[in-house]
Amino acid sequence: MKVLKDLYYTKDHEWLRVDGDEAYIGITDFAQDSLGDIVYVELPEVDDEFNKEEAFAAVESVKAASDVYMPVDGRIVEVNEALLDEPNLLNDDPYKNWIVKIEIADKSQLDELMTSDDYEKYLEEEV
Amino acid sequence: MYPYIQNTPDDERKMLETIGIDSVDQLFNDIPENVRLNRELNLNPSMSEMEVERYMMDLSKRNLTINNLTCFLGAGAYDHYIPSVVRHITSRSEFYTSYTPYQAEISQGTLQYIFEYQTLICNLTGMDVANASLYDGGTAIAEAAFMSANITKRNQILVSKTVNPQYREVLKTYCHLQNLEVIEVGEEGGVTNLDELKNLLNDNTASFIVQSPNFFGIIEDLKAIEEIVHTRKKTLLITSVDPISLGILKTPGSLGADIVVGEGQPLGIPLQYGGPYLGFIAVNKAHMRKLPGRIVGQTVDVNGERAFVLTLQAREQHIRREKATSNICSNQGVNTLAAAVYLVTLGKRGLREVAIQTTQNAHYAYSEMIKSGKYKPLFNKPFFKEFAVTSNVAPDVVNRRLLDENILGGYALEKDYPQYKNGILYAVTEKRTKAEIDKLISVLEGII
Amino acid sequence: MRKYNKLIFELSKPGRRAFKLPQSDIEEKNIEELIPEKFLNKEDLNLPELSEVDIIRHYINLSNKNYGVDTGFYPLGSCTMKYNPKINEDMANLDGFKNIHPLQPEETVQGALKLLYELDRALCEISGMDKMTLQPAAGAHGELTGLALIKAYHENRGDTKRTKIIVPDSAHGTNPASAVMAGFETIEIKSTEEGLVDIESLKAALSDEVAGLMLTNPNTLGLFERNILEIAELVHEAGGLLYYDGANANAILGKVRPGDMGFDVVHFNLHKTFSTPHGGGGPGSGPVGVKKILMDFLPAPTVEKDGDRYYLNYNIPHSVGRMKDFYGHFGIMVRAYAYILAMGRDGLKKVSEIAVLNANYLAHKLKDYYNLPENTIYKHEFVMAGLKSELSEVTTLDVAKRLLDFGYHPPTVYFPLIVHEALMTEPTESESKETLDEFAEVMIKIAEEAKSNPEILKEAPHNTPVRRLDETRAARNPILKYEG
Repeated sequence: MKVLKDLYYTKDHEWLRVDGDEAYIGITDFAQDSLGDIVYVELPEVDDEFNKEEAFAAVESVKAASDVYMPVDGRIVEVNEALLDEPNLLNDDPYKNWIVKIEIADKSQLDELMTSDDYEKYLEEEV
Repeated sequence: MYPYIQNTPDDERKMLETIGIDSVDQLFNDIPENVRLNRELNLNPSMSEMEVERYMMDLSKRNLTINNLTCFLGAGAYDHYIPSVVRHITSRSEFYTSYTPYQAEISQGTLQYIFEYQTLICNLTGMDVANASLYDGGTAIAEAAFMSANITKRNQILVSKTVNPQYREVLKTYCHLQNLEVIEVGEEGGVTNLDELKNLLNDNTASFIVQSPNFFGIIEDLKAIEEIVHTRKKTLLITSVDPISLGILKTPGSLGADIVVGEGQPLGIPLQYGGPYLGFIAVNKAHMRKLPGRIVGQTVDVNGERAFVLTLQAREQHIRREKATSNICSNQGVNTLAAAVYLVTLGKRGLREVAIQTTQNAHYAYSEMIKSGKYKPLFNKPFFKEFAVTSNVAPDVVNRRLLDENILGGYALEKDYPQYKNGILYAVTEKRTKAEIDKLISVLEGII
Repeated sequence: MRKYNKLIFELSKPGRRAFKLPQSDIEEKNIEELIPEKFLNKEDLNLPELSEVDIIRHYINLSNKNYGVDTGFYPLGSCTMKYNPKINEDMANLDGFKNIHPLQPEETVQGALKLLYELDRALCEISGMDKMTLQPAAGAHGELTGLALIKAYHENRGDTKRTKIIVPDSAHGTNPASAVMAGFETIEIKSTEEGLVDIESLKAALSDEVAGLMLTNPNTLGLFERNILEIAELVHEAGGLLYYDGANANAILGKVRPGDMGFDVVHFNLHKTFSTPHGGGGPGSGPVGVKKILMDFLPAPTVEKDGDRYYLNYNIPHSVGRMKDFYGHFGIMVRAYAYILAMGRDGLKKVSEIAVLNANYLAHKLKDYYNLPENTIYKHEFVMAGLKSELSEVTTLDVAKRLLDFGYHPPTVYFPLIVHEALMTEPTESESKETLDEFAEVMIKIAEEAKSNPEILKEAPHNTPVRRLDETRAARNPILKYEG
């Protein structure tokens, strides 16, 4: 399973990449692999606000559906509309193809997230 | 010998031996003693087929049917002609003894007829996507209301008082479960009060539900209603429609409906004392993924052959569980097949003919009925196959006299619309002949 | 067998007709004189034009692509694919049952009302409950109804805190879906290693916010919840009610009754336990039975008797309202009642005995090749956790597809979710020992192929008209109707 170095991770298999006061969020390689061929991504709307651990999007495959949860509190500033026409992009490269860009509400919450090392260990042990 | 159980005592013995136990009772040892039913069920002993037939036939003979009585009763269930091919096809046991088509490779028959049915419903209603059916017209309205709340994220539903009263009851029961507010828009002169609709619409309204032809048989002005409803950007228009009326009326899709639902019983499904019937639902492409229930899609197999499969299953309960668009599992299976066969049998010209003759028969009955002035029309609006009249005689007196002449009279409106005290709603379909209608009129005339 | 691959729209030819009405003897009027033009559709309807021969051939050819219980063994777990008796079809088609309008005066339908009343009584006796509502259209609908009753019960007591329903992780998907549809939140509790309700988990989940627990017994693994009395006591002590999902009732007819186990509300699936046809997906029927404490909340109307007269009762003090139009799936109930009459008190008990015997026999024959827990008594179904071999490339899906090549409908796959590579098998009582022996032989052959020739499994099925459909494509680019 691919795990990129400079990202934050959650136990629900989301990744987060900080960009100033904003961040990109997506799902990890493990997540896309478990889901199988992704057929649809349900995106939130720009300006929607969510709390940490709230579901803000959903990813569907033929036989399964998964909610995607916020790693931190935030407001949606951009959604990756390419995913609407080509949901398979998440299978092709789940790290390059982010799902949303948010404005982080509380930067201190980043400390509560896993590092890439933590996540790798988590994959080995739990899963 | 017990019916439908193949294993003989000898088979049983061999099977017990294989497992290594002495009696079947040991297989029930996991049931705690103090819970077991230690007596016989208080039911009849097993019967032979002849006895079952005798008993059931006796029960059936205690009912008068629409073959004994001339039916002028509608109010949500109709006596339309059912072509003989319908029953011959729905009684093929390859269709009716099969299960939900989860294993697509051996269910192409079922999957294809559902795909064809979806197409027919879309073409009939003028919408983009239909599902494989819901239980009936009432629950279809409730599911549509839930859909609208889910799509708009609002929690108020407006519904016209001219929608079938039973459908409104189902809607209220369902909406109460999810804390959705149901507000009824008043009726005036037999149609939705448009001023009241304008006043009640607000930014918290998820949808407005209207039926056309409505419960009184009157054709609502959907164009005007659509304009009003869509002044609110997000509010959805849900229309419930009689599929036979679409043989001559403009489609709800062409009039701007967002969700179309209806009762499909008139499409080749017998009356059966109220069920099973057929709910249909169709939407615009934008809302496709919020549809409840099963949907069949076209695809290819590994050899590139066209094939059909249940799709968008991620919406459904067996995958999404508590986040499913609905809890619905079973659809209406063979009734869906019946409706598809009915529609292709009548075809382009047949459905139009049925709708036209139905309209002509109903309007003939209406004009004859109000001729003498003993029965007055309740409303003065264009109608399809049902109309309401009133008089100074109580409906049950009228209907009892009609029953004496083997006529099944109309529906008494007072229970649902107390303001129309002696009102009776008559339904006339293509099955009614001039002689039958003339007899109805003559008996009615004799009552007053 | 001809390979048939036409859509009905592709058969359409202008001018073909299958149907015409008689010439009316009523003076013909132009439609525009009767209905204002602005409402009328002047264009041709978008429906096909076919002859009767076209139609019959089309559907007969479609039916040949289908597999039903009448074709062969259908061991779908949790579905109870038992034989659908033909006398039931004949009875449902009697004029006196088929052609009655639901709004006819009660005195003209006493036979129908008597049937409904007697069915109500019979189902109460079988379930140990006090009164039925026959209104729900299917199992899931019955669940929704039962949950609505539970909600009304608490609301009526002024207790609005109870917003949660407990559901085991082994439950059928409709359970949590129905709970949410009924406006509850769900709490999922884990099962023990054995697959039964974990009592400690249950205790931890119970509180004064819990409205009830939904349970299937035997559960979806085919195991009887031995601690049911303790479970019932715990839930009731916490102030909740107990809901019985009757999908697995085929295992316990005449042996034990949900009412005696402590359940307050139950639903039956007439299209499972009571032999009515599955119909390619429906129609079903899901009558709900309740104990006295819930009778005042039942949907209106119920069917009652006064001397010799049967009538519809709308006078239910705190009724939840209506769950659907009219009275329920009468046509299905006619079939179910004929079945109950035919089987009778002794026959129904035999049904469960043989259903359970058949399941245990088949499990015994397969346990050396497929993963099954040791020394277990099953009820009417059992769940294999995939093939016993170490080969993890051969999945349950492959086994299922290979079974198609041998002319069998596979068991239920990948359910319940708590069993890895689940193959849930329910033979039912209407199968013979020979059928089970033949099926077991094929399953064993497949297990051997998994070792010697896994490719043949991975590429199965080989003999069906279509093979390994591209479901991803169907979901990514949905084509949901014929465009021409």
